[in-house]
Amino acid sequence: MSQVPIQFKLNGQDKAEFIDEAATLLSVLRGKVGITSPKAGCEQGTCGTCSVLIDGELRLSCITLAQTCAGASIETVEGMDTDGKLHPLQQAFLDRFAAQCGFCTTGMLMAAKALLDKNPNPTREEVVDAISGNICRCTGYEPIIEAILDATGGSAGSYRRA
Amino acid sequence: MEFRKDFFADERAEGLKEVGHIRQRQDAVGHVTGRTKFFDDKKTTGLLHLKIVRSPHHHARIRNISTHEAERVPGVVRILRAADVPENIYTMLSLINVGIPDEPALAFDKVRYKGEPIVAVLADSPRTAHEGADKIRIDFEELPAVFDVEEALKPGAPLVNEYHGQNHFDYDGYSHQKVRLGDVERGFQEADHIVDERYQMSPIEHAPTETQGCIAVPSDDDRIDVYSNTQALFFSLDLSALILKMPSNRLHFMGGTVGGGFGGKVDTLVEPLAILGAMMTGKAVRHSFSRRDEMRAGPPRGAERIYIKDGVMNDGRIVARQMRIYFDAGAYSRLSAYGAVKAAAHCPGPYTIANVYVESYCVYTNRTPSTAMRGFGVTGVDFALEVQMDKLARTVNIDPMEFRLINAYRDGDMKAHHKRTEGAALIECVQAVSDLAGWQIDPKYRSYSSRQPGAAPAAAPSPASQPSASAPPPPPPPSSPPPGTTAPSASSRISSMFRRGR
Repeated sequence: MSQVPIQFKLNGQDKAEFIDEAATLLSVLRGKVGITSPKAGCEQGTCGTCSVLIDGELRLSCITLAQTCAGASIETVEGMDTDGKLHPLQQAFLDRFAAQCGFCTTGMLMAAKALLDKNPNPTREEVVDAISGNICRCTGYEPIIEAILDATGGSAGSYRRA
Repeated sequence: MEFRKDFFADERAEGLKEVGHIRQRQDAVGHVTGRTKFFDDKKTTGLLHLKIVRSPHHHARIRNISTHEAERVPGVVRILRAADVPENIYTMLSLINVGIPDEPALAFDKVRYKGEPIVAVLADSPRTAHEGADKIRIDFEELPAVFDVEEALKPGAPLVNEYHGQNHFDYDGYSHQKVRLGDVERGFQEADHIVDERYQMSPIEHAPTETQGCIAVPSDDDRIDVYSNTQALFFSLDLSALILKMPSNRLHFMGGTVGGGFGGKVDTLVEPLAILGAMMTGKAVRHSFSRRDEMRAGPPRGAERIYIKDGVMNDGRIVARQMRIYFDAGAYSRLSAYGAVKAAAHCPGPYTIANVYVESYCVYTNRTPSTAMRGFGVTGVDFALEVQMDKLARTVNIDPMEFRLINAYRDGDMKAHHKRTEGAALIECVQAVSDLAGWQIDPKYRSYSSRQPGAAPAAAPSPASQPSASAPPPPPPPSSPPPGTTAPSASSRISSMFRRGR
């Protein structure tokens, strides 16, 4: 299979790789760049464990053709904590016991970040809707929802875009 | 929330200060920062990918396997077949001397369930491994299949597993596990009402977000490093060593990080072939179930069919309980022989009943082999028992909570397993739940306590109803095989352990 060059931004840093034409973004992030927070849970776009942000939008990297991300800005959980300081969502997930086995956690954080970046003070219904594409088989939805609401601080404007 | 220690202050353990508080998991920071390394994150480059070719049939003879076309696919490195596996036939619980080898790592003469592994293709990418697997040609002769536990036990049913010679696990020469107390027929004669019902559990897929998988890496120290998400690390290590006929100290298993298991990652299904592939190629091998593999061939919870016949008095006392349990193992034993014992051990539930008769069968069918799942054996029995309790309560027109309080076991009561009850707290539990739910119960049940004798007649085991060791085999169905047809020692250690009450 022929290789094609691609350039994109990953968590604010420039990246350039040669990739298979048909490679998914998930396989490029994991197999080429060495970023492992997006997980291969189903590889058919149904479980949400591979979730990343592409130009601020929540996307499933397992069904995203990597070539279509040329020039895009991609965010993963690796870019959430800065200088040893956890992102408010990460801290809230810790405080609320919102991570059990941990396999869905990175995708959940991406879905939550996509929501709060656009809507810093969501309702509970908006939070539930935002994570509706992410499956947690330890069935920890309640603490996850509580954690996301906690990260907003319960009042408008308390969530700062990281 | 109240706990047993709130009811029984003299038993209070002062060290219990964590319950009811959120405590941070030791691995939580790794989880929220994405730094937790699951098996698939340990090594992401320089891998061979292993793809299994599975049976499309529920039951079939394998006439011929052709790998020539697959071998010519660019990128395909090696193809594994049954003859490549040093000790191909195994059984999981051989590690604790239970059961006989009954399952191949790779099928060769026949397949016994849809999804059974036959050939493994090793290639330099997932895509080429799929392409190679697609070019394996297998010629099958389909055989009649049986999917129903009771059909499987009828004379003339298709024989699922030749290693057993019959469609049920052999417990020391008996076709099933037994629990006996009192005289159940006399109890039925005394009873005001008989309630006879049938319950059916479904097989349930655990569906963890992370599928089963491992990466086997040849190490510089002449060992194989194995990154695995098994729920039973040393079990997987020992079973891999057994199947590969190698000393276990040549295997270095690293695990402990599991992306959801729920019992579904107990069976050793990925490691032996990955290790074998790594040894034969000298390269790192990744063997990870696709979601399709996980759903189709991954072992589910074993389905149980449960019959309960109860004799109940107008005043609410259950005087006799007869249960017959069929535990669907699927095509191979795995852990099901133990599951059927657990089911028997859980009968007749947390109630004091003077006359109890239980038989529990571990049955082979052409369904996907079943495995552990969150209290397997017990959960199915509880479902049947508690639905039955509601039906009994309605039959005698007694409130369902009060009906349970009438029959609840209490400290000192004789259980069906011929042991005195200790540490009972069902009465207090039902009282507390009634309060929390705002469910009114009659004041007279308020005074009930697990520590005081109840209304139920005390059952005393008579010499005629000793534990199963000396009990004669009951009449069919189905007929038990004559005792002594199999080696009694290793084949059914479980039942011996069970009888010793461990």
